[in-house]
Amino acid sequence: MTATPPSGTVRHDEASRADALARAEPMVRFEKVRKSFGSLTVLRDLDFTVKAGEKVAIIGPSGSGKTTILRVLMTLVKPDGGKVFVGEEPLWHREVDGKVRPASQQQLRRVRNRIGMVFQHFNLFPNMSVLRNVTEAPIHVKGVARSEAERRGKELLDMVGLGDKLKAFPAQLSGGQKQRVAIARALAMDPDLMLFDEVTSALDPELVGEVLGILRTLAHETNMTMLIVTHEMGFARDVSDRVVFFDAGRVAEEGPPSKIFSDPENPRTQSFLKAVLEH
Amino acid sequence: MMFGIHWDLSSNWAFAVSIIPILLRGMIITIEATALGFLVALVLGLVFALLRAVPLRIIAWPTAFVIEFLRDTPLLVQLYFLYFVLPNYGLVLPAFLTGALALGVQYSAYTSEVYRAGLEAVPRGQWEASLALNMPAWLTYRDVVVPQAVPRVIPALGNYLVSMLKDTPILSAVTVLEMLNLATIIGDRTFRYLVPLSMVGGLFLVLTLFSSWLVRVIERRLPHDGIPLR
Repeated sequence: MTATPPSGTVRHDEASRADALARAEPMVRFEKVRKSFGSLTVLRDLDFTVKAGEKVAIIGPSGSGKTTILRVLMTLVKPDGGKVFVGEEPLWHREVDGKVRPASQQQLRRVRNRIGMVFQHFNLFPNMSVLRNVTEAPIHVKGVARSEAERRGKELLDMVGLGDKLKAFPAQLSGGQKQRVAIARALAMDPDLMLFDEVTSALDPELVGEVLGILRTLAHETNMTMLIVTHEMGFARDVSDRVVFFDAGRVAEEGPPSKIFSDPENPRTQSFLKAVLEH
Repeated sequence: MMFGIHWDLSSNWAFAVSIIPILLRGMIITIEATALGFLVALVLGLVFALLRAVPLRIIAWPTAFVIEFLRDTPLLVQLYFLYFVLPNYGLVLPAFLTGALALGVQYSAYTSEVYRAGLEAVPRGQWEASLALNMPAWLTYRDVVVPQAVPRVIPALGNYLVSMLKDTPILSAVTVLEMLNLATIIGDRTFRYLVPLSMVGGLFLVLTLFSSWLVRVIERRLPHDGIPLR
């Protein structure tokens, strides 16, 4: 971990941090967001807010809609109704003369620029070298000079421990290495908000640690807002400011990790945690 | 006599040997027409496939119609159209170019279907990752989707190379002096068809075997899992 993290600020102790978050501006706001796939409702009038700089772990049974929250934010899934804001800006709608209209393409592109995502199955570009995976979007989307993009790309790949794999291709890497490249690729766009969608679920057990280690560093040493959908409860407890238990398209319970993991109130949370922690 | 070359009618073998230089000239035309036509089919096919994927009906539908039209009308009709109709509109192309173009244009309808299958086979996750990086669709096609799709479809494209090679005799319909045309001219003049036509068959066999081999060689040198081999 030699390179500097993407953006400054270090975490302070828990109390002052909770204080700071309480005063922070919201980074993400869901208002009565609805989404169904056919007869399956995955988001039921979801209200949900994340503060700037906050690290939120989203847990819950599969099919409960956790991933859909991230996909709505990344503009991969369009909600059926409700409003989503990133910072102050609406994501999927705009208001014209008091009427709600679908967002324009320019608006979507502008908001999307602030968001990065790491996927369960990495989705690296197999036809590009590791370095080019990381520099492609900065060069062609943000217009960063190639030399600068490569300097920054190497720095990020160093940070994730892959400074010696710049010329390798994704097919030559292990799953853990692929996922670390994917993290570097997302960070290269300097997002304010990072979405992690079950980033260790597709990894062999012995490779999970190397990826979680990087996420820990990011969580503790940067001021990025992080939304982490995960099944790694120990990890969720370590890195998050808040744990959200999601069930049947709703936030069933939320709170600081110490509260959720040791003293959950909702019976659904209790039975879920009992099931995963005993496993 | 053709091209200043005299044939020897003393025996079938002597006849065969004496017309080899003539047929080889035709073979060069055949190879050139195939190469040029295939190049057109490779490029235009990709253009058709990409236009058809544009999420605007005003572009995608006419493209689909043109592809369908090219596939469902005979090559000979298209060739005659280019050769006899276009000059009325001031576009006069030499017979060879017209022929190679007609082959290329019709085959581009087939290759566009091959490309389309290749483009659709690129996993959705690649599109999602590109969108998450805010890459516009054209950039995603240029740097992510097309480079992954093309290596996968090269074997299928290779089949059309062989098929197109075998379609080149149709160029004789517009006076191009390719192999078959030369063989029938020799036959007409000597009243001996067996030898020249058998030789054309043999030469086509050599050419198709060679192109199949070529396609296999190229296939072996394709990127595997995205890793380019030199």
